[in-house]
Amino acid sequence: MKHLLSTRDLDRAAAVRLLDVAEDMAQTATREVRKLPTLRGRTVVNLFFEDSTRTRLSFESAAKRLSADVITVNAKGSSVSKGESLKDTAQTLQAMGADAIVVRHGSSGAAHQLAHSGWVDAHVLNAGDGTHEHPTQALLDAHTMRSRRYGAESRGRDLVGMRVLIVGDILHSRVARSNLWLLTTLGAEVHLAAPRTLLPAGVGTWPARIHHDLDAALDTAPHAVMMLRVQQERMHDAFFPSAREYGREYGLTAERFARLEADTMVMHPGPMNRGLEISSIAADSAQSTVLEQVRNGVFIRMAALYLLIAGSTEADA
Amino acid sequence: MAARTVLDDADITRALRRIAHEVLESRHGDGRLVFLGIPTRGTILAERVHRLVEAIEPGSSSVGSLDITLYRDDLGRTPTRAPAPTRIPDGGIDDAIVVLVDDVLYSGRTVRAALDALADHGRPRAVRLAVLIDRGHRELPIRADFVGKNLPSATSERVRVRLVEVDGVEEVSIER
Repeated sequence: MKHLLSTRDLDRAAAVRLLDVAEDMAQTATREVRKLPTLRGRTVVNLFFEDSTRTRLSFESAAKRLSADVITVNAKGSSVSKGESLKDTAQTLQAMGADAIVVRHGSSGAAHQLAHSGWVDAHVLNAGDGTHEHPTQALLDAHTMRSRRYGAESRGRDLVGMRVLIVGDILHSRVARSNLWLLTTLGAEVHLAAPRTLLPAGVGTWPARIHHDLDAALDTAPHAVMMLRVQQERMHDAFFPSAREYGREYGLTAERFARLEADTMVMHPGPMNRGLEISSIAADSAQSTVLEQVRNGVFIRMAALYLLIAGSTEADA
Repeated sequence: MAARTVLDDADITRALRRIAHEVLESRHGDGRLVFLGIPTRGTILAERVHRLVEAIEPGSSSVGSLDITLYRDDLGRTPTRAPAPTRIPDGGIDDAIVVLVDDVLYSGRTVRAALDALADHGRPRAVRLAVLIDRGHRELPIRADFVGKNLPSATSERVRVRLVEVDGVEEVSIER
């Protein structure tokens, strides 16, 4: 694997392998010394054109746990804000000897462009591109579901037999897209619930069942309910009349939460808008996996960095 | 490719039994023994030696495995290997006599990686090395304390250890 750009082009074997290696990485976190020497002398650049705290911190700590040198570039306050192009920024990083570039960009396809235009030799990890994909988020979600379901017996398993309901702003959500493809590859059944205004055109061709009524969707007794964040920064138009109405129709309110099975996972990629898409009682319950998702994010990113950088010559060998 | 069997199953059992006795003799008193196998075949051999030692002196030792994939110094030069689980027995390795167990000792780089990995788990009183086959050609100043068989070989030859648990057959062969 040279790059990690999307979950759509991951096959089952590659996805399970990533999850299994993440399991090994998780195991090292319980030791006396948590740092591994694996990527000593390699340089990982975090190139963030969009604001992000948790993804950036997660990638940073993953790279540091593996002993890589980490350089973080925020577009704000860099030459990017002076008008430097993605190409020039990338080539600057290449000249500085980056082994891997973790990129987040507001435009869909930016990571693909960086990986395949011949500008750089480095491995490219997509940390979110526009409304396209956010593969490590989907992988950490799958990892969280798998460990909740199978515990210590997780290794080698996929998610066959699981029903996952994704709720909210599917239109703008790269998390939903990455999850849809990955969950489908891993054999899970995907349901989407959203108002018509927040579903993309052509959603009918996706391998998912579409619901417009959250209560009806919850009647399918999903094993996991993934609440998406209402992305206020992307809401330039009137997609729904008011935040209160959205919360009432599509939020995981205390009443809806009470209807869930006792072992249904409540997931959220964070940061949460409490009281809007998710009620505090659901977010703070034992069924909530929010903090596990954050923890697993570091392990998934360690696994991805390891498999990309360490396996760089696999194709040549 | 011509393959020649150098050890059959009876030879392997005999070699492991001798290693078990030697480990116990070298213990000098009451040190707690921890056998740590290096996956995949080292782990199996460690479990076997542990069982033999327990048959002689019950309660003297425990067994686990130590993955070294993340400590190798040849990243990017060889295809990635998925790490295998590390299992450290209850009680840890602090102040224990750790016996690393592997199937073949060759360049010594695996053992170097294992020593690095071990240091991240604790501080043993002593670390020993037991191998089924020592085929020479060391690239580092490392030697084994317990050797099943010394097998002089050419670098062009390939030494294969096959164990019944993973390979279905039990033998050590040399291919040229």
